[in-house]
Amino acid sequence: MATVFKRPHALIDKSMHYCPGCTHGIIHRLIAEVLDELDIEGTTVGVSPVGCTYNNYEYFNCDMVQAAHGRAPAVATGIKRANPDNVVFAYQGDGDLAAIGTAEIVHAAARGEKITVIFVNNAIYGMTSGQMAPTTLINQVTTTSPFGRKPEVHGFPIKVCEMLSTLEGAVFVERVSTHDVKNIMNAKKAIKKAIQVQRANLGFGIVEILSSCPTNWGMNPVDALGWIKDKMVPFYPLGNFKGKDLEV
Amino acid sequence: MGEKLLMKGNEVIAEAAIRAGCKHYFGYPITPQTEIAHYMAKKMPEVGGTFVQAESEIAAINMVYGAASAGVRVMTSSSSPGISLKQEGISYAAGAELPAVIVNIVRCGPGLGGILPAQCDYFQAVKGGGHGDYKMVVLAPSSVQELYELTVEAFNISDKYRQLTMIMGDGVLGQMMEAVEFKDQENIVNVDKPWATTGTGMKREHNTIQSIYIQPEVLEQHNKKLQEKYKLIEENEVRVESYNCEDADIIVTAFGTTARIVNNVIKMAEKEGIKVGLIRPITLWPFPVKEFEKYAEVPKAFLSVELNAGQMVEDVRLSVNGKRPVYFYGRMGGMIPSQQEILDQIKQILNK
Repeated sequence: MATVFKRPHALIDKSMHYCPGCTHGIIHRLIAEVLDELDIEGTTVGVSPVGCTYNNYEYFNCDMVQAAHGRAPAVATGIKRANPDNVVFAYQGDGDLAAIGTAEIVHAAARGEKITVIFVNNAIYGMTSGQMAPTTLINQVTTTSPFGRKPEVHGFPIKVCEMLSTLEGAVFVERVSTHDVKNIMNAKKAIKKAIQVQRANLGFGIVEILSSCPTNWGMNPVDALGWIKDKMVPFYPLGNFKGKDLEV
Repeated sequence: MGEKLLMKGNEVIAEAAIRAGCKHYFGYPITPQTEIAHYMAKKMPEVGGTFVQAESEIAAINMVYGAASAGVRVMTSSSSPGISLKQEGISYAAGAELPAVIVNIVRCGPGLGGILPAQCDYFQAVKGGGHGDYKMVVLAPSSVQELYELTVEAFNISDKYRQLTMIMGDGVLGQMMEAVEFKDQENIVNVDKPWATTGTGMKREHNTIQSIYIQPEVLEQHNKKLQEKYKLIEENEVRVESYNCEDADIIVTAFGTTARIVNNVIKMAEKEGIKVGLIRPITLWPFPVKEFEKYAEVPKAFLSVELNAGQMVEDVRLSVNGKRPVYFYGRMGGMIPSQQEILDQIKQILNK
């Protein structure tokens, strides 16, 4: 009998701790599939962030380094500069990347570090129980914006891909989503292309992945996927910002 | 011995690191240590190494964290306010047991303070400036020659124990020019790093570098393992220099630049019939407790001279353990005590 679906080798056979309906598990799988398809598990080093995915070093079969909150791009820089033949990816959430780690992400991109950043944007702090993130939408209710995010009080959400696209060192920038199968397949294509851009030594690459957080959004998983589509996508437009035509 | 050169302290640190096999340096400009970065920027390309001017001290120490994870010899350098910024990364690297060398060319504080020499970061360096139970080996050179030798040694100690080592100098040491004699061949201790995250090559289980252990039982075990290592370092790595202590009337203790001034005070005091001994801790951690115990009942008193408000003196008191009075004399804000000032203190203590 032909095998049509199996666990990627780069993903360790272990139950994940994520909440029901959270899309981190899907994103982990996509990364692992790309490592398998490019046959680079043995040369890849991943960087785990702080937040819900702090321990994703337990799920990936490649070497992993756990970093401090927001510092993953700096840690990834050190790994890549030490061993340029490694494929290095950093996995970060929106609080990690777009708040405490803004300096590190901006300058890793500006330097054109040959690393790939997987930026998971679910518009909220998950691990610490649903606080307002830099990417929280206007009027979105969180535990630290209990009356909704108001621009006059909380300022505006940050569009990371648009911001990083202005930097010459950032050569591959794309925003994708996980709210349906078609978009999940697109997300995988973007991750694969970003890794190939790194392997071709072309510069810095980032894939922003819109993701759900049913627990902290207070929704069931199906409604949460609908909320990505109806609320997040209109504000965070999907698509490639840079590097679509790069030869890899 | 090899060639003898007249060089600036900061440049000697950089040259020594390269000679020790450090090919990766990540830093951020701050006075009075920036010549280290200048030297690295020029020399690293020549030796096939990496120099990155980071966006911040925080990023620099995290680049060190990444490169150390990858198993290479790596260094960063800064001065007091910058070292404060690095404390987060220092704590993480200590928790993850990463070997790396950190240079602090201390200036005066608190806050932005001033750019002149000080020793006011003693507590931060030896008591743990970041969060959690951890230790750094802290080396305190007092000459440019020693900056060279101890920088090479710092890399060996770091690799041997998977340990952070700090070189603690001050603005005087970093900025002054002095003769330094380089060896033809460095003593480089090569240590296997099977734990490094260099890619599995599909030949082994994956390695992880981490400082987080969510299970309390596991985290306590991890902490106990760290403490065992620190005990081993305390047994093996103490470095100290003593002079004139055997029948001293008073033993003065000082480290780094201050010890050089005290050296001259010994001669001045001799002319007045006072025998002054000197204990110069070279490792501030591990502290040379036994050296103080050895001479604890010899002099009438101890005097700790420091460029701060009284920091090392606490460790001196703990080591002397009440057997003799321990006095303190210090200057702050970039002021340096004169030999006469120190001699006056000695005479006052001895009622002469």
